[in-house]
Amino acid sequence: MTTPVPLLSVNNLSLGVVRSGHRPTMIVDDVSFAVAKGERFGIVGESGSGKSLTLRAIAGLLPVGVDVLSGSVSYEGRDLLSTPLAARRRLMGPEIAMVFQEPMTALNPVIRVGDQIAEGPRRHLGLSRAAAMALAIEMMAKTGIPDPAKRARAFPHELSGGLRQRIMIAMALSCRPKLLLCDEPTTALDVTVQHQVLRLLEQLCDDFDAALIFVTHDLAVVNQTCDNLAVMYAGHIVESGPVKDVFRDPRHPYTRGLLDSAPDFDQPDRELVPIPGFPPNLADRPPGCAFAPRCSHAQSGCLVASPPLVPLAPGRSAACFESDSIFRRVPA
Amino acid sequence: MLHRLSFIPGRLLRAVPVVLGVTIVVFLMVHLLPGDPAIAILGDKGTPQRIAALREQLGLNQPLWLQYFSFLGRLLHGDLGNSLVNQRPVSEVLFQAMPVTLTLLLFALVMALVISIPLAGIAATRPNGARDLGVRLFTLLGQGMPQFWVGIMLILLVSVNLRLFPVGGFGLTDSDHFYYLFLPALTLAISMSPTIIRSLRASTIASLGSDYVATARSKGSGGSGLFIHHVLRNAAIPTISVIGVNLGYLVGGSIVIERVFAIPGLGSLMLTAIFARDFTTIQAVALFIALFVIAVGILTDVVYTLLDPRVNFSNKERA
Repeated sequence: MTTPVPLLSVNNLSLGVVRSGHRPTMIVDDVSFAVAKGERFGIVGESGSGKSLTLRAIAGLLPVGVDVLSGSVSYEGRDLLSTPLAARRRLMGPEIAMVFQEPMTALNPVIRVGDQIAEGPRRHLGLSRAAAMALAIEMMAKTGIPDPAKRARAFPHELSGGLRQRIMIAMALSCRPKLLLCDEPTTALDVTVQHQVLRLLEQLCDDFDAALIFVTHDLAVVNQTCDNLAVMYAGHIVESGPVKDVFRDPRHPYTRGLLDSAPDFDQPDRELVPIPGFPPNLADRPPGCAFAPRCSHAQSGCLVASPPLVPLAPGRSAACFESDSIFRRVPA
Repeated sequence: MLHRLSFIPGRLLRAVPVVLGVTIVVFLMVHLLPGDPAIAILGDKGTPQRIAALREQLGLNQPLWLQYFSFLGRLLHGDLGNSLVNQRPVSEVLFQAMPVTLTLLLFALVMALVISIPLAGIAATRPNGARDLGVRLFTLLGQGMPQFWVGIMLILLVSVNLRLFPVGGFGLTDSDHFYYLFLPALTLAISMSPTIIRSLRASTIASLGSDYVATARSKGSGGSGLFIHHVLRNAAIPTISVIGVNLGYLVGGSIVIERVFAIPGLGSLMLTAIFARDFTTIQAVALFIALFVIAVGILTDVVYTLLDPRVNFSNKERA
């Protein structure tokens, strides 16, 4: 990382379900990454890889039953996990904000959208009802919502998915956070709307000088939006590095598989190669590399021990024993 | 907002046939009873001459449909007939007892909400936790104990032993009324709250796990602000219909409770009328209770509409 103290660093974070009398089920295992001020960081993985839960752990919004087992999350050098609840709530909005995946359900159905946007500024910025509403309308205008003063009086069910996600973005940015957490914000939207919302997010993050953590399963989105990325598989980070380098020269067979299985407009004739098999059951994780059962390059050693995430080049690392032998032909 | 309430006139119009049906049932009640109403009224004082005279006086010799229409006609003029026992106009007696019972019901409803909302909230924050189990035990007990028994136990404990509240009656002044109605309202609230708590607990658990509550938390909301502003308003919506249905049952329950606490309301009026075979009074009270239940149904829909902006009874295409 370029800055000495990153805006956010996640260190050896492990999340899991603890039940009395059972060994805890690890959902996120020993995940570390850092995000610098103004950086755009992507976390890529398929459903159940633990990417969304990692994001929720940063926001302090883990669902009931999932607990932090070990590790730390530090924001501007301050450990969030040991921060008292009240102090942490004061951070949510003016420092860290979040945009959720489902704009259909993420807005409160019985409250007018303007009031929902104004809620944060009223609490954190101490604005009056009128001033907060004026800010809400201004934020709605910034997100490109036509006729914001009228739309502010609408209820969520009266708006389209794209508009609702714009409302979510307006809400998240209303207190000018330094870090915006996005949990698949475009997944539930039409492709054309997806593109608009992405552009909007990028532009607003630039305007507000906010860092972005973008969780998605869509490689193309990361490619367009992010500077650096981490690829997660079955609760582990299997590869991380600058987006351009990882896309040009993946060093983990899972990343390679993801790239090969996604369509690419630059090479429309290329055949799509799916990854065989399914992700492992987290409650019954096989010993060794979690990807080994699906990996065409797996050796006997891969089934015994889990490969650690090792640095390969400045800013790049991968967790694969066979990385060198598999990708030897490709120049780094 | 207001245009969504435009369903009310239509709903009132559709209530008319229901009300007519109720009047038919209430009217036939007297005639469905075995034997002749005149004989039943006169009891052992009934000589054939007196029975014949009473039949003539009550119009019982006319065809049934004619009797019904004259009953309906008098009803439309607000004439519910005279009490067969003391010859006073039934409407007068009814309007004396009505505010007593309505106050009792409203008081009981408010108390049930005061009991239910915090308990449901406490139970829902940690499902299956110790406090949740405690609340569930309370709902089991509340549902298992018969109303009249709860009432008698409260009288024994609170009134006789602790001397905190009167054992019965209604009092003379307005503040007295609430003092006298406290225990009976509490009794009704105890029997009503288990259903409310169960419904509210389930919907609060769902609401707490919802995406919009996560969104609210991501804005730094928490504690009671989060509960009242984001959770309760959503969780209350399904509970409204439960309360509506229960208010109907509550009227029946109040008959017993008014007896236990000697409250001069509709329940006492009804019971006395039943024992005295005062058919006109029974008819009037039954009619009023039926109208009350219909009104509560409409009111439930109004509250529903006010709480949930997605509900629109006015526009059939979106229903």
